[in-house]
Amino acid sequence: MPLKNAHKFTVPHLQVLSEKGTLDKKLDPGLSETQLLRLYRAMTLAREADQRMLRLQRQGRMGTFSPSTGQEAAACGPMLALSERDWLVPAFRELGAMLMRGVPLHRILLFWGGWEEGNVFPGVERTLPIAVIVASQIPHAAGVAYSLKYRGEKDAAVVCYFGDGATSEGDFHEGMNFAAVWKAPVVFICQNNHWAISTPQEKQTGSKTFAQKAIAYGIPGIQVDGNDPLAMYKATRDALDRANNGEGPTMIEALTYRVSMHTTADDPSKYRDTAEVEVWKSRDPLIRLRNLLNERGLWGEEKEAALLAEIKGEIDAEVRIYEHGIEARSDIAFDHVFASPGVELEEQRAAFLESRGGGSTNA
Amino acid sequence: MVQGINLALHEEMQRDPKVLVMGQDVGVNEGVFRVTAGLHAKFGETRVIDTPLAESGILGTAVGMALAGLRPVAEMQFSGFSYLALGHLEGHCSRYRARTHGALSVPLVLRMPYGGGVRALEHHSESREAMFAHLPGIKVVIPSGPRNARALMTAAIQDPDTVVFMEPKHSYRAFREDVPEEPELMDIGKAHVVQEGSELTVITWGAMLRKTLEAVSEVQAKREASVEVIDLLSISPMDTKTIAKSVRKTGRCVVVQEAPRSFGTASEVIARINDTALMYLEAPVGRVASFDIVTPYFAREQNYFPGVEDIRRGMIKTLDY
Repeated sequence: MPLKNAHKFTVPHLQVLSEKGTLDKKLDPGLSETQLLRLYRAMTLAREADQRMLRLQRQGRMGTFSPSTGQEAAACGPMLALSERDWLVPAFRELGAMLMRGVPLHRILLFWGGWEEGNVFPGVERTLPIAVIVASQIPHAAGVAYSLKYRGEKDAAVVCYFGDGATSEGDFHEGMNFAAVWKAPVVFICQNNHWAISTPQEKQTGSKTFAQKAIAYGIPGIQVDGNDPLAMYKATRDALDRANNGEGPTMIEALTYRVSMHTTADDPSKYRDTAEVEVWKSRDPLIRLRNLLNERGLWGEEKEAALLAEIKGEIDAEVRIYEHGIEARSDIAFDHVFASPGVELEEQRAAFLESRGGGSTNA
Repeated sequence: MVQGINLALHEEMQRDPKVLVMGQDVGVNEGVFRVTAGLHAKFGETRVIDTPLAESGILGTAVGMALAGLRPVAEMQFSGFSYLALGHLEGHCSRYRARTHGALSVPLVLRMPYGGGVRALEHHSESREAMFAHLPGIKVVIPSGPRNARALMTAAIQDPDTVVFMEPKHSYRAFREDVPEEPELMDIGKAHVVQEGSELTVITWGAMLRKTLEAVSEVQAKREASVEVIDLLSISPMDTKTIAKSVRKTGRCVVVQEAPRSFGTASEVIARINDTALMYLEAPVGRVASFDIVTPYFAREQNYFPGVEDIRRGMIKTLDY
C-alpha cells in the first residue's frame, strides 16, 4: 500500500516592517502614534540601560549580568500587547520587557548586584522574577495559565519568555505539553538569539526552526522576525487573542541575535565570527523603528537627543537609588525560609547574630 | 491510612475552592493506591487533574499554580520517580519565598508513596526522606497511621509553604484506626510520644513504627524494661525538644529507620541528641537501619530492611551497654 501523508504542517514566518523600512500594509497591526512612540521609548531605554549596566559591571559596581542589546524588539514588542491582567514570566534576557512592565530599573540592578530585593516589585502585579534555571519557568507559566482558566479569568493570559537553548531542556517539553493538553492561555516566546553561550543552533537542535517544535504539541508555532517590533507585537496580539478565546497556547520563535556576550563573564570572540555579529548589528531593531517614525514625521534629531537626555537622567536616578544600597537586618534571610521560622531557625538566627556581632548592614 | 488521607483531601477540597489535586491517574482511576477515591466524581476534572506522565511537569506546573494563589496537592505516583521533579523542589519550592523576601511563595503539597514491603518493581521500595529534608525551605512529614495521616495532610494543605508528604505504602492498609468526626489538625514539626517510659527511648517514623512497637512489646515481655517510643512524624522541621526531653530522662536511645544507614535522618537525630543531651547518655545512641546498598529487588528485599528482630537486638544492645 502506498504511503499517504498523515498530516501536513507549515511553519509561517512573519515580518511586518522589513530591514529596508518597507511596511507590509496588509499585516500592519495599525499601532497608534502614542503606541509607536511608547514602543520606541521602551526599546531605547532598554538599550541605554543595558549599556549603562555593562559599564557598571566593568567598573565593579554591579555583578555579572546577561546583556540584551540587539534584542529590544523581541523583548518590548510583545509587551505592548499585554494588559495589567496578563502575567509576565521572564527568563533572564528581557530587560526591556521587565521595564515595560513597570519594574523599576533599580530593582533589576539590585538583582544583578546580588540582592534578593531585586526580585521584589512593589506595586507590580502578576510578574515573576528573573528565572536563572534555564526552562524551569516554562512549566511555571503553564501552571499560572491553568490557574487563570481555573478561576475563569477569560481576559488574562501568560507571556513566557525563554531562549533557544531552553528548547533542549526537558522542562520545555513538559511545560509545552501540559499547556497544550490543558489549552492553557499562554504565549511562549522563544528568543532565538542564535547562541546559547557558545552553542549555535546546529549544535542545539536538529530542527530547521524552533517554531516547528510547537507542531509536535498540537499548537500553532510561528517564526517571527525578532528584530521587527511590529511583527513581534502582532504575533503576540494574535496569540493573546487565541488564548483569550479559549484556543490555548501559541509558540512564537523570535529570530534575533545576541550581539553582545552571554554574560559579562563570557568572551564570544573565542567561539564566533565577528563578521556574523556585524551583519546582525546592521539589522538593529531601534534603527528600524526609528526610520518608520521618521517617515511618519513623528521623529527627528531633536526629539532623539531630547529622549536620550531624558532617559539618561532617568537611568542616573535609578543608579543612585541602587547605589544608595539596601538597609536591612543582616539576619533577614532567616525571616523568609518559611512563613514563620520556628524554634530551630530562631536558635540558628541567634547563633548567627552572636557570631557576627548582630546589627544591620548597609550595602 | 489510604482512607485517612483520602478523608483529608475530601474535607480540604470541600473547605477551600483553591485546593486541587493533580497527578498521573489520580482522577478517573482514583490513583493507583486509591488515595484519591471519589474526588474526581465529586469535584470534577478541573479540580482533580489527570496529568500527562511527567514528574517535573507535574511539580513545575503545580509551582506555577501555587505562585498564582492556588493550593495544589500534586502526586508523584511513586517516590522513586520523584527525582525527575527534584529540580523544581530544590530550584523553586524551597526558595521562592527567600528569593522574593516573602512576596511570592509556593504553598503546595507533594504527595508520594514511599518505602518497601509491597513486593513491587525496582524504584518502588526506597526511603529517601533525608534527601528532601536536606533542602532548606521544604517541610517533610511522614504519617504512621490513619488518624495522624489525616491530621497531617490537613495541616500540610493549610501550610503556607511546600510540604513533602511521604506515605509509607506498607502502612497503607496495614491496620484500622478510628478517626474523629471533626477534622483534626496536627502541628507540623511536632513528634508524638506513642508510649512513655523511663529506661530507653526508641525514635522512629513511618512504617518502622509498627515493627518498633512489636519489638518493644517483646523486650518488655522478657525483661521489665520501661521503654519510651517517639513517632517523629515530621522529619523537617524536627522536634528536637521532644527528643531531648526524652533522652535526658532515659539516658539511652535507639533510632530506627528504614532508609540506608549513612547520611540519613537517624544521623540527624543523633547529632541533635549530641547537641542537647550528650551528658545524660549512659550508652552510645544506637542506630538500626538498612545497609548502604542499592535496595535489592523484591525477592530479596525483606531480608534487607530492618526487621522486628533487628530492632529488638538494637534495643537490648543499648540497654545492656
